[in-house]
Amino acid sequence: MSDHTKLEVEHELEIAFQAKIDDEQKVEPKDWMPEGYRKNLIRQMSQHAHSEVIGMQPEGNWITRAPSLRRKAVLLAKVQDEAGHGLYLYSATETLGISRSQMIEALQTGTAKYASIFNYPTQTWGDMGAIGWLVDGAAICNQVSLQRTSYGPYARGMIRICKEESFHQRQGYQIMIELAHGTPAQKKMAQDSLNRFYWPSLMMFGPHDSDSAHSAKSMKWKIKRETNDDLRQKFIDQTVSQIEYLGLEHPDKALVWNEERNHYDSSDLDWDEFYSVINGNGHCNRQRIQHHIKAHEEGAWVREAMAAYKQKKQLKNATNAA
Amino acid sequence: MTQSTQNKVDSKQDLINYLVRLGDDSIVLGHRVSEWVSNGPFLEEDIALGNVALDYIGRARLFYGHAATLSEDGKTEDDFAFLRDEREFENYLINELPRGDFAYTIVRQLLVDLYNKHHLQALKSSTDETLVAIAEKASKETSYHCRRSTSWALRLGDGTQESKRRMQLAVDDIWGYSHELFEVDALEQRLIDAGIAVDCEQLKQQWLADVEEVFEEAGLTIPEATWAVRGGRKGYHTEHLGHLLTQMQFVHRSFPGATW
Amino acid sequence: MTTEKLELFEVFVRPKRGLDHKHVGSLHAEDKEQALEYARDVYTRRTEGISIWVVKSGDICASQEDDRESFFDPSDDKPYRHATYYPLPKEISNM
Repeated sequence: MSDHTKLEVEHELEIAFQAKIDDEQKVEPKDWMPEGYRKNLIRQMSQHAHSEVIGMQPEGNWITRAPSLRRKAVLLAKVQDEAGHGLYLYSATETLGISRSQMIEALQTGTAKYASIFNYPTQTWGDMGAIGWLVDGAAICNQVSLQRTSYGPYARGMIRICKEESFHQRQGYQIMIELAHGTPAQKKMAQDSLNRFYWPSLMMFGPHDSDSAHSAKSMKWKIKRETNDDLRQKFIDQTVSQIEYLGLEHPDKALVWNEERNHYDSSDLDWDEFYSVINGNGHCNRQRIQHHIKAHEEGAWVREAMAAYKQKKQLKNATNAA
Repeated sequence: MTQSTQNKVDSKQDLINYLVRLGDDSIVLGHRVSEWVSNGPFLEEDIALGNVALDYIGRARLFYGHAATLSEDGKTEDDFAFLRDEREFENYLINELPRGDFAYTIVRQLLVDLYNKHHLQALKSSTDETLVAIAEKASKETSYHCRRSTSWALRLGDGTQESKRRMQLAVDDIWGYSHELFEVDALEQRLIDAGIAVDCEQLKQQWLADVEEVFEEAGLTIPEATWAVRGGRKGYHTEHLGHLLTQMQFVHRSFPGATW
Repeated sequence: MTTEKLELFEVFVRPKRGLDHKHVGSLHAEDKEQALEYARDVYTRRTEGISIWVVKSGDICASQEDDRESFFDPSDDKPYRHATYYPLPKEISNM
């Protein structure tokens, strides 16, 4: 085939592919897909997986300090779920022809990203409430919309994850209720956590659509189903009454209902801070990756021993068979 | 108070103390295993260790919960876990040792899981119905734990030189803490006589046979050294427990009377 | 985490008696015994199943997109295999 005809064939495949997407059909692992689609998916899905895995750290930080046995069990179960979600997502991403160890290497060398929210430190028990309620809440907004993403394994993973995550947000909100309706000191703790985590949670939806590098292409391919700004607006709207119920002060003083838009108007976010944290100035950027590398390196001898044991066993079986 | 009511009260207090001990064993080990979250050798193992930790924390809640009900003075499971000092904790020392490396954790789990297998089996014959119910539930979990720790011991004992070295080192470091698992004090003797508690002394031979079987296949040896550290059931602890409790209790204690 | 040396397994769970085993995802493990244990921890944390199968991913032979026509089109022209091909008289309400 000449290069020219190759290009033509490619072009036709792309047209057929887009028609399939437009028709709301799912793309499955062995299907033909444009290289850009595959790359874009690997980027988004592995980032999502890494976020679950790195996200274990800020909350894992409080398992041994949880103030009641029930809370300890709930938090542990939740953090364990996150490991599970990371694993679902890694395995869904592996269907695109990249191995988990390649993804992990990309995370550890900094070529792959994770959600910047996990670069913020967890300082009090209230932060366990705020993270479950706001951070998981924001993540769920995004994930609910991703249940309709065009890549089959990703969509199915999201359905499973959403089902499990609904308890995460509720347990967080319940922590907040206990604190906000508890002693004055507890209420103060709740307000402080809300103040610190509200803004970074809104930033989790990513930059404005106009500034988002991958947004347009992702929407066209239906990898993303709703824009960053639309999802963020949804989250802002739904959080207002939740803050009210807690009897806490809303961190956004400029928040006002807009009858015409049927949405809340709110302050613009501090994008300088957003990029500053992404670019390494968060309290925990280096710590999170170093923690991951340390666990990985400390586990190396275990993984080697497993491989050696397996080899010995195979050899034994082969000798017995002979 | 007549002599027989006095006896009843005493034996109820004995049972409460016994339950709290068993709760202490579970919460302290659960705490140690939970420290593995995000530190495991790979993701699947993080999840598996999380399950084991959850089982132990759940078990602690059942033992403390039963003790709280019997106390009839408004105490809750949390009072036992968070408002007692190091000297009042009566867990076996083996449970409070630091998490160590993965080999250390596996060896500790192996010894404790095999112990629990026999201990819970015996507990099922207790005359206390709630204890029997707890033992029924816990022994299902423990069969799974035994399966895990046994297969890990084989893999690491018979893996590489390095893994074998680490495993044997862990055995040598932990073995001396295993002896007190099989010693009965006056409190337990009274409850054994009443048909409530397990006579741990009786478990030693079966336990040792189980351990030897795994060790033989894994190429590990029981140390000849004769050192033995005791004291958990008397509240005479290693220095590790104080730090564990400091961490576990500080939020709860910083806000007296608060609910969570 | 280098799980490169570990084998990839596909996991199938039977949610309850009477239903089929359904593919739920995959995981890394050293051998099938360990895969089964991890499958229990990873995919049935909420008692989602009563039975688990694990299969080495490499042992699965999958039909290719390219083969789709030859595999599945031939059945397209056999509508008579489906009950809906046979309209029932109005008088007969169910069959």
